[in-house]
Parts: sequence; structure tokens; C-alpha cells
Amino acid sequence: MELLIFYPLAGFCVLMGLGVIISSSPINSALSLIAMMMGLAGVFVLQQAHFLAILQIIVYAGAIMVLFMFVIMLLNLKSAEEDTWSIRPQNTYVSVLTGFLALGALYKIACVISQAKLDSPAAVPDDFGTVVRVGTTLFTDFVLPFEVASILLLAAMVGAVVLAKNKID
Amino acid sequence: MEHIPAPAIDFISLAPALILSVFGMLVLLMDLFAGKNKNLLVFASLVGLVLAGVSAFAPKALPVVSFGGSYVVDHLSVFFTLIFVFSSALTILLSIEYNPRNGIRAGEYYALILFCTVGMILLASATDLIMIFLGIEVVSICLYVLAGIKRGDVKSNEAALKYFLLGAFATGFLVYGMTLLYGATGTTKLAGIAEVIHSGQTNSDTLLLLGTVLLIIGFGFKVASVPFHMWAPDVYEGAPSPVTAFMAVGPKAAALVAFYRVFATAIPEIGTTWDTLLMVVAVATMVIGNFGAIVQTNIKRLLAYSSISHVGYLLIAIIARNSLGGSAIAYYMMAYAFMIFGTFGIVILLGEKNSENLEIKNYAGLGVKQPAIALCMTVFMLSLGGMPPFAGFIAKFYIFGAAIKEGYVVLVVIAVLNSVVSLYYYLKIVVLMYMKDSERELELSMGPITLAVVAIAVFGTIEMGLFPDPILQLTQ
Amino acid sequence: MFVDFLITLVKILFIFGVTVGFFAPVLTWVERKQSAIMQDRIGANRADILGFTAFGLFHIIADALKMFTKEDFIPRGANKALHTLSPIVALIPALITFAVIPFGGVYTLFGKEVNLVISDLDVGLLFIFAVASIATYGYVIAGWSSNNNWSLLGSIRVAAQMISYEVTMGLTIIGILMVYGTMRLTEIGAIQEDFWRWGIFLQPVGFFLFFAASIAENKRIPFDAPEAESELVAGYFTEYSGLKFGMFFMAEFVEMVTIGAIVTLLFFGGWNLPFVTMDGILSMFDFLGETGANIIALLIHVGVFFAKVCFFIFFQMIVRWTLPRFRYDQIMKLGWKILLPLSLANILITGAVILALE
Repeated sequence: MELLIFYPLAGFCVLMGLGVIISSSPINSALSLIAMMMGLAGVFVLQQAHFLAILQIIVYAGAIMVLFMFVIMLLNLKSAEEDTWSIRPQNTYVSVLTGFLALGALYKIACVISQAKLDSPAAVPDDFGTVVRVGTTLFTDFVLPFEVASILLLAAMVGAVVLAKNKID
Repeated sequence: MEHIPAPAIDFISLAPALILSVFGMLVLLMDLFAGKNKNLLVFASLVGLVLAGVSAFAPKALPVVSFGGSYVVDHLSVFFTLIFVFSSALTILLSIEYNPRNGIRAGEYYALILFCTVGMILLASATDLIMIFLGIEVVSICLYVLAGIKRGDVKSNEAALKYFLLGAFATGFLVYGMTLLYGATGTTKLAGIAEVIHSGQTNSDTLLLLGTVLLIIGFGFKVASVPFHMWAPDVYEGAPSPVTAFMAVGPKAAALVAFYRVFATAIPEIGTTWDTLLMVVAVATMVIGNFGAIVQTNIKRLLAYSSISHVGYLLIAIIARNSLGGSAIAYYMMAYAFMIFGTFGIVILLGEKNSENLEIKNYAGLGVKQPAIALCMTVFMLSLGGMPPFAGFIAKFYIFGAAIKEGYVVLVVIAVLNSVVSLYYYLKIVVLMYMKDSERELELSMGPITLAVVAIAVFGTIEMGLFPDPILQLTQ
Repeated sequence: MFVDFLITLVKILFIFGVTVGFFAPVLTWVERKQSAIMQDRIGANRADILGFTAFGLFHIIADALKMFTKEDFIPRGANKALHTLSPIVALIPALITFAVIPFGGVYTLFGKEVNLVISDLDVGLLFIFAVASIATYGYVIAGWSSNNNWSLLGSIRVAAQMISYEVTMGLTIIGILMVYGTMRLTEIGAIQEDFWRWGIFLQPVGFFLFFAASIAENKRIPFDAPEAESELVAGYFTEYSGLKFGMFFMAEFVEMVTIGAIVTLLFFGGWNLPFVTMDGILSMFDFLGETGANIIALLIHVGVFFAKVCFFIFFQMIVRWTLPRFRYDQIMKLGWKILLPLSLANILITGAVILALE
């Protein structure tokens, strides 16, 4: 039953992921990315991680991607008229080579994962993935990373303001 | 309503990071009211750094493990905290006179340096993959911004953008490696990973290896080792000189200590599988770094390549994966801090009003025009080249000692040969300074604070070379 | 199993019927009628069937006929697929929100517990927020795909405005979360059986912030800069006609209902009457038997809930016809410089009070 939902969902994610890199217009890429995020949120739900799924939608699909769209529209980007990457012929060789290497690595990983003696799925505790459980974990076991993340965000925010500010007094 | 039990927070272990975070925010707030004069900010930042340095000694009996094994304060981390605090303080001192002349007016500059130091301190103490990731990100994000803080300068912008794009890409590798490691062992704690590997209960050995390779890529980028070094010369050249010096010392040391902790404490047991790879990386780093440096005409690019080659030596200490390696890295980075800050102090001193005057050929005749400065430069160059009796020699000596103890003789021989090659371009500068006539005026463009930094650096370089024992004892 | 399925189906049909079937069309009429009254006009009384006008209610039918029969026009150079997709993306989130909004409590009917919510999510409060943020894309894509500068400007304004006010909204939700200690909307409703624990008493500032932010999210006056007809023709839906335009139109009205429902649920006791508890109702109608009493309670609660919702829809309309439009930069300033700090202060004070009371 679960697999019946998982495979279409995962397939959808992969398809949309391909859409991100294949489509030539930036807005289509962004939309595919949004769709992929939603699909991913669906996968999280299947894994009983409801809270994570909702956060995925709010943070990525709802906030970050809106800003993406905002920027794309503000700059009024049309499809890339000239493929600058393919101007230099040697780039093509490099691309092909890298592609094959990546394919090989992925194949290897797939082999490994299909052979790995993974734990049989353990019984999921009732409160797994709930807000209370996630919150408790975050504020007890992972309180230090949680607080450090706030420093990280503060620094990033300050940095963005410094670089984007109109004029510096 | 359910209540979450308050977690035990070891404030004493965290003290340096906490103090610096508070001071970072304080500096941000003060910037609102400070107006154009940033001296107050500088003062506050320095006070914060000193307090942080002092508080690093607060924990009584080392090592202290806290936060369920994800944070540790041991001799290594305390010593690295000192390196970070010291290098940040020197950076700020170098910036006092440099920033106003080069159009860097943002008060956030100082806050970002403090936040970056927080990240480095956390990184030195982190024994959990999540903490390591967060620490690296704090450091990197501050650096991306600091590299591009000269907003009117095209090179500075290029440096920031290049660093950011490549850095984000490398972080991806790092995180993916960490997830694979987690998938293979089921824990993110370094001690836990070592335990799982020791008991042979990994989910998949190949997964573990893949994770290790990806980690090498990620860390390799952060410490600028070949073949992930391409960003370094451009970024070092474009970033403001004090920031370049900072990048070459603090963040690099932080990434190295995390690199060391992961490879020497979490996965040393599968060391025979990754040490070949790391050896190739180390040799390539040394060779390309040194030969790359020979052809440079820009002093900052030359120092960038030289810094790459130094990473090659430092990687040897990680390959040795013994406690001697850890303290050798610590000693090396301390010595390196003195040499680099001294060199960059001189580079800044010789900057001109409208250009930074970075061409090496412009240094010709320095020995006649500014004998004292030329002498200092000679000390730094000889020390960087690893000549006795300066700090650089002792530092290399300990690294090689750690490697020989584990039987990596060939590696050490290659490293020594590389050291000899490196002498060529270091001495080239010395020769230029003394043997050539100058074609231009060589005026010192900065004031007493920059000079003081150079003086401190000279003192440190010689002191650490002549009397290495007290410092070395701190690292063990 | 089958009964559960049936119950859920009934609930879905009920919600769908109420929002799309009743509220959305009737509100178009109410809005006209109300504006007419407020502006001292007669208004909306021309459509008639054999001379009967029924207070202008036939306008609803006339509107519907017009939208169904109008040409569906896609401008040249527009992105056809996206142009068609966007009204759908705009309307669906407004409807989906109702999946987690409880419109009544839990009742025992014929020995079976019936919870008057379609899906009782653990993260219900966040779900609303997430879905609301998705709606943005409908409007953003609409302007982009129309190949019209006015539309594009409208879209850019939508994106900026919705992002800005989502921040305030999210922070207000944190305040609510702090006082109720749960994100499950049924629990939030149940807690408010106690009149003095209604949200308006616990989070008075939160209510105003939330209400203002939600009107801004719905892009209605005074926050209608994205569709400002005097500046941008009609903003993001300039190039829409026929049923697609109707969907945008409907989305706005459905969203008004949604806002009314959420505000009712979070701040005004949901389905509860002040000082009247569920047990009180049950014991009063004890003589009808268990199921009978429960049915009475259900009817009262659902009635109360929708009465409150109607009030808040009415309130939104009053705001609409009272205030002038804010200038675009004023909207941004209000969002980032006034509402955002206020909502942060709200969290701080809420936390301090909770700590002090413990």
C-alpha cells in the first residue's frame, strides 16, 4: 500500500527534478523545483514525518521559492538565448566525461544500497514525527546545534544586508 | 501542556563561543549609534576576543565532554581557540588603518569577524557531525561576505561570488558524505562512529567508504587542497588583505582541526583504505602549490599558492592519525599565524594610496629604502620556507616527526624535497629586496598599529623557533 | 470502515457546499448590497425574473451565466499552460484549508464518535499556513504568464506583499501556539470552551496582527496594491476573462470565508458559545436521548460557528468599503517596520507572561 503511493510520488519527484535542469526558461525550472519540493513533502508524510513535511512546504516551497520567482520576474529573465557553456568546445568533453563519472558513481551507490544489510524497518513510536516529539528532541539532545544555527542565520542575515545595502554611510 | 525538561548546558565549556556571540551582537548594536568612527567597535571587538581567550582556560580538568558527547574541550581545542582568538585580533588590528583607506566602512565587518571566530571555536570543539557542519557553515558564510566587503572593487566581488558558489557546492559534498557516514553507522557522534566501526556493526562498508571520499572532497575544498584549490588564488587576491590573512590562518586551522578530528578519531580504523587517497591529495597539494607559486607575479597570489602547499604538509599530520599529529597541526598553525600576519602586515604597509601595490617586482630595493621592514620580510620568508632557527622549521619538524613515527617515510621525503623547492620562490623575494635597485618610492602607507602587528609577528616567529617547548606543551 | 468513509464524504460535501455553493456566490451579492448601503445607493436590483428582483439576488445567476458564456481569452505571447494553471493554483489552496478547520466538536451519534473536521492533523495550524503560502504561486504565475507589463507588475507586488505578511502571520501563530500548547486545531477549539480562554483574551494583539496580515494575504483593500485598478488596470488578472477570471474571483471570496473561519477558531472560541459548555447542552436536552441531545449540540455548534464566520466576513467587507488603499511602499513599511516588530514583541511578552504565571 505504502509502496503504491511511494513509487508514483518518487517518480514525480525525479521527473520534476529533471524538469529543473532540462527546461530552458528559468521560470519553468523554478516551478519544477517547487513541484519537486511538494513531492518530497509527500515522501516525508509517507515516512510519518508530518511536521517535517509541513516545514518543507512552508520553508522551501512557500518562502524560498517565492523569492526565487520574485527575483526571476524582477530581472525579467527569459530563456537563455545563447548557451554560453557550449561556446568553448572543450567544455563538451569535460561535461560528457563528468557525466559518465557521475553515472558510474551513482551506479556504484545504487549497487551498494541494494546490497546493504539495512535494519528491518523498526516499529515507529506513536508520537514519531509529531511536533511535540520533534520539539523535545530539538530542545534537549540537539540544543547546541539548534542554538548554533541561530548564530549562523544571524551572520548570514547580517552578511546579506552588508552586501545588498544601498549605500554604506 | 507538556513541559520539555531543561537540557543540561555546560556554560563553562561554551564560554568562549558565548562571549564572542554576545560581543558580536553588541558590536552590531553599537554600530547603529557609532556613526562614522569605528574605533569603539574595534575596541569592543578586541575586548571580546581577549575575554574569550581568557575564558578558554576556565574548564579545570581537561578534557570536558558535554552535550551528550557532541562537544569537547580538550588541550587541542583550547589551543586552537587561542589561535583563533589571536588571529582574529590581529586581523582587526590590521584592519584599523587598512579599512578606512580602502573604502571598507561597514561596521558589520567586525561583527562578522567575531561570528566567524565563534564558528571556528565551535568547530575546534565539535565531536559531532552536525556540529562540524554548522561550524563550517558559520565560518564559510562569514568569509563569503568578508571576501566581498569591498563592494566597489570588482575583484573583491569576483572573489566573494566565486568563493560562495564553489563553497556552497563543496558543502553539498560534505553534507552528503556526512549523511552516508550516518547511514552506515547510525550515529553522528564521532566517538559513536568509531565504536560502531570497531565492533564491525556498520550497515555497509562501501557506504562508509563513499562517505569518507565525499568528506575528503568537502574538507579538501575548505582547506584548499589540490584538486579543490582553484578558488584560493582568486579569492585570496580579491579579498581585502587583512581578510586574506585571516582566511589563510583561522578558518583554515578550524577546517583542519575538524578534518583531523573526523579522520583521526572517528574513522582511523579504516585508515588503510583512505590514507592512500589522502596521500595522493597531500603530494599533489604540495607539488602544485609550490610549483604554482614559482610563476606568480602578484604577492597575494604567491602567498595563496604557498598557503596551498602548506596545507599539503599539514595533511601529512592527518594521515599520521596519531595524537602527535594533532599537536603538530596546532603548533604549525600557531607558527603559521605569526608568519602570515607578519607578511600581510608588510604587504599592507607597502600598499599605495590608490592601489594595493601587489606586484612582487615592486619590492625591489626594499632592503635599501626600508631596511627594517626588509629584514622582517626576510625572517617571514625564511620561516615560511622552513629554515631554522625560525618557527616554520620547528613546525615542519614536528609534522614530519609524527608521520615518521607511523612509518610514512616516503611521504616525508617528498615533503622535504618540496620544502626545498619552496625556498626558491621565498628567497626570490629576499633576493629582489636586497639585490635589485628600486624604480619607485617605497613609502610605508600605514601607521603604528600595523607596524606593531608586524613587530609582534617577528617576535613570535623567532620566539617559537628558538623556544618551542612552552608552546608545544600547551598543545599536548 | 465504510461508515467512516461515508462520514468523511459527508463532511467534505458539506464544506464544499457551504463555501463554493453558498458563501462564494452569495458574498458577491452581499458585497454589492453592502457597498450600496454604505454609499447610500440602491444597488444591485436590476436583474429580474418576470419583474421579481428578490433584493437583487438574481444577480448571482446573471453573473454566473455571464462567466460561463464569456470568451476565454489567452493573449498572444502568453504561456498557455501556465496561464491556465494559475487560477487553479490560486483557488485550490483556499479550498484545501478547510480540510483541517473544525466546524464543530466531537459528537456521539448512534454510538459513533463523529469529529467535525475532515482531517484532524497534528500540525493543523502549520498546515493552514503552508497552504496559504502555496496560493502565492497562483497569483505570481498569473501575472508572469500573461505577457503584459501591468500583470507582471501586479505579480511582483503580490510576491513581495505575500512574503512580507506571511512573516507576521507566522510569528503571530507562534504566540497562539505558546498559549494553547498545541497545533491541533480541534484541541485549540476545545480549549476555548472556557470563555476566558478565548484567543481574543489571551492574544489580543495577536488577533489584530493576524487579522491585518490575513487581509493583506487576501489582497483586499486596503492592501490591494497588486490589483490596484487605477494603477495597474487590474494587476495580475488583467488578461483573464470568463471562468478563469471567475476562479480568481471565487478564490478571493473563499479566502474571505477561510479567514473568517480561522479567526473564529483561533480567537473567538470556534464553535463554542460563551459560558455554555458541551455538557451543559447535553444535560439540557437530556430528554431527547443521547443521540438526540448530541444532534442538538451539533446543530447549535455548527450554527454558532458559521454565525461567527459570517460576522467576520461582514467585518472584512466593512473594512473594504471604509478604508482607502495604501500606497505600495506604505504596505511594505507597515509590514516590515510596524507589524513585524509588534509580532516579535508579542511573542516576547507572551513568553514573559507565561513564565510569570507559572
